[in-house]
Amino acid sequence: MVTKEIPRTTAPAVPARRSPRRRRDGRAALLYLAPGGILLLAMLVYPIYQLVLISFYDYGQPQAVGNAPLVFLGFQNYVDLLENVQFWEVLAKTLGFTAVCVVGSLALGTGLAVLATRVRAWARVPLFLAALAAWATPAMAGSYVWLFLFDADFGLVNEVLSGLGFTGMANHSWTFDTYSTFGLVAAEVIWCSFPFVMVTMYAGLKGVPEEVIEAAYLDGASTWRTTWSITLPMVRPLLTIATIQSIIWDFKIFTQIYVMTNGGGVAGRNLVLNVFAYQQAFAGQEYGLGAALGVVMTLLLLSITGLYVRSQRRSAGWV
Amino acid sequence: MGVTTAPARPRSGRVKKPGRLIAEIICVVVAGMVAFPVYWMVLSAFKPTGQIQAENPRPWTLAPTLEHFERVLSGEGFALFFLNSVIVAVVVVALSLLLSFLSAVALTRFNFKGKTVLLVMVLVAQMVPVEALTIPLFFLMRSVGDVAPAFGTNHLGSLILVHLAFSLPFAIWMLRGFVAAVPQELEEASKIDGASRMRFTWQILFPLVAPGLVAISVLAFIHAWNDFLFAKTFIISNTENQTLPLAILVFFKPEDTDWGAVMAGSTLMTIPVLVFFILVQRRLVSVMGGAVKG
Repeated sequence: MVTKEIPRTTAPAVPARRSPRRRRDGRAALLYLAPGGILLLAMLVYPIYQLVLISFYDYGQPQAVGNAPLVFLGFQNYVDLLENVQFWEVLAKTLGFTAVCVVGSLALGTGLAVLATRVRAWARVPLFLAALAAWATPAMAGSYVWLFLFDADFGLVNEVLSGLGFTGMANHSWTFDTYSTFGLVAAEVIWCSFPFVMVTMYAGLKGVPEEVIEAAYLDGASTWRTTWSITLPMVRPLLTIATIQSIIWDFKIFTQIYVMTNGGGVAGRNLVLNVFAYQQAFAGQEYGLGAALGVVMTLLLLSITGLYVRSQRRSAGWV
Repeated sequence: MGVTTAPARPRSGRVKKPGRLIAEIICVVVAGMVAFPVYWMVLSAFKPTGQIQAENPRPWTLAPTLEHFERVLSGEGFALFFLNSVIVAVVVVALSLLLSFLSAVALTRFNFKGKTVLLVMVLVAQMVPVEALTIPLFFLMRSVGDVAPAFGTNHLGSLILVHLAFSLPFAIWMLRGFVAAVPQELEEASKIDGASRMRFTWQILFPLVAPGLVAISVLAFIHAWNDFLFAKTFIISNTENQTLPLAILVFFKPEDTDWGAVMAGSTLMTIPVLVFFILVQRRLVSVMGGAVKG
C-alpha cells in the first residue's frame, strides 16, 4: 500500500516549484494535523510513557491517592511477574485462546466468502444479513445470549441435546470445566468476529478480474492451481489485514471473558492477560504490577504483528 | 473475445449448477445458524418469564409480552444510561470524522518532511493494545478532572476522549486510501477554476470520500458503543454518568439471573447498531475492499 503511494508523494510534478510549495504545505499540514496529533499525543503516546514509568514503581492504593511516597523498584515488578506461576499459566491460555479465535474466524470468514462468490443472490443476501446481525451485536449482548443458550437449566442447547438422546446433558454446566468455558467464549468471539473477515475477503475476491481466472482455465490450469497461483496472491494484502486485525482484537479480549466467566472464572482459571492486568490493578490495587503486565502485553502484541507483517512483506508487497 | 468466452460459458454452466445448488443450501443453513443467537435474544426478550424458565424452551412464543422491557426501562436509570451511550457514540463519530479527514488530507495531499515517519507511526498506533493503557489513562483522567471536571473520570467527556483517540489511527489509515484515490488533476482543475485549497478540500474532496467516511463512522460508533472496560474503570461514583453495558450487568447474577430482563436490555443495546448497519450495509462491501486497497 505504501509502496504504491511513495512515487507520487516524494516526486512532485515540477521540481522547480518544489521548495516554496513544500514550505506552504508544511505549514498547512501542521494546521490540519494538529487536532488529531495533539489528541493522539495526549491519549496514546503520553499514557504509553506513563505505563512504562508506573511499571517501575511500587504503585499501590496509598501511592495512587498520594498518601505514600513512590518507591522506585526498577525491574522488580517484572521479576515478580516472571516468577509468578499464574502469569505463565495465563500467558499460555491467552496465546492458545487467541490462536483458536484467530484461526477460527479466518477459516470461517474466508470459507464463507469463497462460498458467497459462487452462489446466487437469493442465498448470498441472507448470509450477509445474518453476518451483519452477528457483527452488529455488541460484545456484551452477544456474551449474554451465548451464556443463555448454553445455560445449564434454561438453555436451549442442553434441551436439544437431551432431546436427541444425550440424557446426561440435561443439566450439564458448560461453564464448570476450564476448557469448555474457554470453548464457549471462543465460539462467541468467532461468531462476532468472522463477519469482518468474510466481508473483507468477499470484497477482495470480487476484485479479482474474471478474465484472469477464465484465461487461466483456458490455459488448462486446474481449480486448485488457479486458486493457489492467481486468486490467493491477489487477495493476499486483504488477507494480511484481516489476520492482523483478528490477532489484535482477539489477543486483548476483555468483555467476553469478563462477562461470560464472571471476571475470570473460579480461582482465575479462565483469565486472559487483559483481564488479569485489570484484576491486578483495579481489584488488587497493584497498579505497578498491572502496568508491567500492560507493557508485556504491548510488547507481545507488537512483536507478533510485527513478525507477521515481516513474513508477509515480500509475498504481499505490503508496507 | 467471443471466441474465448464461448467455450468457457457452457462448461461452467454445466459443471457448476448442481454444485452451486448445494453451495446455496449450505449458505442459507449457515445464515440461519449465524442469525439464530440474535433471534433467540429477541425472542427471549418477548417471552413471558414462565416460558423462559420452562423445562422445554420453544423456539417461538404465542404470548409475547413487554414485561421485561418495562422492567428494564423503569429500573435503575436504564433510559439515562442509554442516552449517555448515545451521546458518547454520536460525539465520537462526529469528531473522528472531522479529525481523521483533516489528518488524512494532510498525509496524502501535502508534501512535507517527515510524512513517511508519521504514516508508519499511524500504522504502529493501530497495533497498540489500548486496553493495556487503562491504568495510566485512569490516572490521567483523574488529573484532568481536577482542571476540567467534564473531561475527567466520572464524566462522559473522559469516555469521549479515549474512544476518539483510539478510533483515530485506523480511521486515518482507512481514509488515506480514499483521499489518495481522488485524482490530483481534479485539484489542479479546481485551482485553475479559482477555488482555494480550503474550498477544494471541503466542497469537492469531502463529499468524494463519503464511502470512507461511512466506514469510519460505523467502526467508531461500534467501538464507542460496545466499550465496557473504560466505562467500568472511569465512571466510578457518578452512577448517573454510566453507559449501557453496566446497566445490563445489574440484571445478571450468577445464581439467579433475570434472563428476560438481560435479553430485553441486550436487544435494546443491539438495535441502534443494527439500524446503523442496515443503513450502510450496501456500501460496506465496496468500502472494505476499497479502503484496504489504498
